[in-house]
Amino acid sequence: ITTLFYSFFKSVVELKNDLSICGMLHSVDQYLNIKLTNISVTDPEKYPHMLSVKNCLIQGSVVPYMQLPADEIHKQLLQDVARKEPLPQKQ
Amino acid sequence: MNYMPGTASLIEDIDKKHLVLLRDGRTLIGFLRSIDQFANLVLHQTVERIHVGKKYGDIPRGIFVVRGENVVLLGEIDLEKESDTPLQQVSIEEILEEQRVEQQTKLEAEDRKRYIHYSRDGCRGSRKPGGAP
Repeated sequence: ITTLFYSFFKSVVELKNDLSICGMLHSVDQYLNIKLTNISVTDPEKYPHMLSVKNCLIQGSVVPYMQLPADEIHKQLLQDVARKEPLPQKQ
Repeated sequence: MNYMPGTASLIEDIDKKHLVLLRDGRTLIGFLRSIDQFANLVLHQTVERIHVGKKYGDIPRGIFVVRGENVVLLGEIDLEKESDTPLQQVSIEEILEEQRVEQQTKLEAEDRKRYIHYSRDGCRGSRKPGGAP
């Protein structure tokens, strides 16, 4: 399933400390650590220290959720693949 | 080749200048020298950067070994953008003073809020959740 999300969305990641970061999803690992490229801080930049950072790795444990653009997701494709993947494991 | 399969690879980030956000709110900036599967980091020539408003101050810290669980975010610093910043760097004493003032005003605001809640709700406002009625 991880290979599915490698369609490069521009997604917004919200962290537990209320920081919201927008960027292109580069990679995700098994711990749901997220690598974003070309980032920008979405909320008014109460977090000025991020100005000189273009790419970042976000620890999976601090992400309560990620917002993905609804119109860019191929829902049908997503549902099909998500349904099919577990089947081979059952047999 | 991924040396640690399953982890978002930090291998390419070694020896580059990074900004590390810690869970306690601190910001560290240093050269990433070493990593492991838990995202424990070794930072070289580390500087702790304190931000208050548009000002910031750097405290030199030397070599840091950071335990991975405390890391919120690890960002690669773009050296060109770094010189572009609209922020003003001040001395360590000044930024520590600004930080103290900021904490002070925050505490005072919270105290005021608590007082208002108490005086409005009476004893009910200050009862702990799940306690005896």
